[in-house]
Amino acid sequence: MKIAVASGKGGTGKTLLATNLFNVIQQSGYAVDLIDCDAEEPNDQQFIKGKLQGQQLVTQNIPVIDKDRCTFCGKCQEFCQYNAIIIVRSHQHIRVFEDLCHDCGACGYACQSGAISWQAKTTGTLTTYEYNQHSLLVEGRIAVGVYSSVPLISQAIKGAKPEQITILDAPPGTSCPFIATVNEADFVVLVTEPTPFGLNDLRLSVQALQHLNIPFGVVINRGGLGNQDVHRFLTENKLPLLDEIPFDRRIAQLYSEGELITNNISAYNKQFQELFIRIKKQIEHDRDSHT
Amino acid sequence: MTEIAILSGKGGTGKSSLSAALATLASKVVVADCDVDAANLHLVLHPDNYREETYVSGQKAVIDAAKCSHCGACMDYCRFDAIRQTNHTFQVIETACDGCQLCTRVCPEEAISMVNQDKSRWFAADIPNGKMIHARLAPGEDNSGRLVNLVRDQAREAALELNTDLILIDGPPGIGCPAISSLTGIDKVVLVSEPSKSGIHDLKRIVKLAQHFRVKIYVVINKYDLSSSLSKALEDWCQLMRIPIIGKLPFDRLVVDAMVNGESITNWAPDSAISHEIRKIWNKLIQHE
Ligand code: SF4
Ligand code: SF4
Ligand code: SF4
Ligand code: SF4
Repeated sequence: MKIAVASGKGGTGKTLLATNLFNVIQQSGYAVDLIDCDAEEPNDQQFIKGKLQGQQLVTQNIPVIDKDRCTFCGKCQEFCQYNAIIIVRSHQHIRVFEDLCHDCGACGYACQSGAISWQAKTTGTLTTYEYNQHSLLVEGRIAVGVYSSVPLISQAIKGAKPEQITILDAPPGTSCPFIATVNEADFVVLVTEPTPFGLNDLRLSVQALQHLNIPFGVVINRGGLGNQDVHRFLTENKLPLLDEIPFDRRIAQLYSEGELITNNISAYNKQFQELFIRIKKQIEHDRDSHT
Repeated sequence: MTEIAILSGKGGTGKSSLSAALATLASKVVVADCDVDAANLHLVLHPDNYREETYVSGQKAVIDAAKCSHCGACMDYCRFDAIRQTNHTFQVIETACDGCQLCTRVCPEEAISMVNQDKSRWFAADIPNGKMIHARLAPGEDNSGRLVNLVRDQAREAALELNTDLILIDGPPGIGCPAISSLTGIDKVVLVSEPSKSGIHDLKRIVKLAQHFRVKIYVVINKYDLSSSLSKALEDWCQLMRIPIIGKLPFDRLVVDAMVNGESITNWAPDSAISHEIRKIWNKLIQHE
């Protein structure tokens, strides 16, 4: 079972939720893994301090052109939708812009002269940490200047073990990296703030998840700040409110120091345990109403 | 023309609230909301749109079932796993398709065509002290870097029309393509940071990026009172790098109150200490040449 934790914007408490949820689940004795899919800004590892177990390089293919075979016919350039190949025929010049290449393979298909072969290029890393014996943290990290984190995210999630719980810390926003993550989840926990900005971002995420038909519930973070509009929005649209984490300076302080609130404040440990039970119930409820 | 961007490297540092405040302090300005994935500034600046345009973010493949002979070539060639076969019909998974068009080229029946992704919009609007260009990227649509470029081009045009030299850019989070598009060719960048371990880490990454583009860098520490030791560490690092810190803002509930009431903090509570500090930031920013 995969549970994604997502929010329309970074900084709403997504990492707080994902890491503390992971912590209480593993404390209850379940085998659980955490995959940090926020590959542009991964920071789960600052809270889940496990033992480094291994690192895997993620690569993409880049075309390499054999200038002796190339006839400079221009077909590969024509087929490339990403302007990653430039040919100056008069100068017998051909060049691949690696940063623009999406690894689609069209140029290889286009070339009739057998001038194109493939080379691997590193686009990021998947680092695995062992945490308390039966749990792993997998951190996806994209190299600077890579066009998209989607291939890396897909590969990270592919490693999830189907028989156990996996928490996915989703990238912010509602564009492709977010979709690539939530699409693999059985359930999504959307984190928001009770403010106009929070509501605006929540609306966009809800729209996206409803369109994709993925079940979800909402957690309000920094409850007590702002106003009641998020609550009203949830009631009006019959969306499940899973939990509310109060605005508490102690949380902000622990968070800034890279500490888990469920290890430091027992009331929050209890609250997260209960949240986990509520998520499980909600998943069962959604499953029943589907069949 | 002076283009100033507000960036943060990560979300939730109060970047948009600061952008909104600076935008209302300017006498005549064009505001470009380049946080196209999660635009928020319109909630505070209340732009009055006079123009709405479609933004085509890309294309996706569609298979015409009537023409398909089920040969499976498209599925074999697609490197994005975007074509699936379910009870004998071949279908494109919209969210996985990258728009590379290879399937249309390999299909022997010419059964595949490309359709535009046209659900995203961009807007030009009036605000009391100038104009605003903003956009809305539809869920699952990509190429936000290109949309940022479009918003910035339109902002420059609006600035000429308005006869102002000043463009204020609210940038996107992260260090990816849209952040790079917000940084290229600008004059000054204000990096909003906060005193947390991840905040320092993210600041370092975005400073590196900004230096690469030879932009003048300024730092504002938001919620500096969250941790005095980490705040000190931030300041020391900036000093070492010779990056001026032009303001330190405390956590203040007034900022949230202002947002709830759809106002910038400097309009909502002009006499508050935090508004005073933000005005100082603004003056330093436009004086520093
Ligand atoms: S693999 Fe695709 S994107 Fe890369 S160069 Fe070839 S055609 Fe262009
Ligand atoms: S298609 Fe092949 S032969 Fe033609 S320009 Fe490209 S690499 Fe050269
Ligand atoms: S356009 Fe490219 S990514 Fe999309 S389905 Fe066709 S081959 Fe796959
Ligand atoms: S390549 Fe064309 S004919 Fe063959 S399965 Fe795909 S759509 Fe159908």
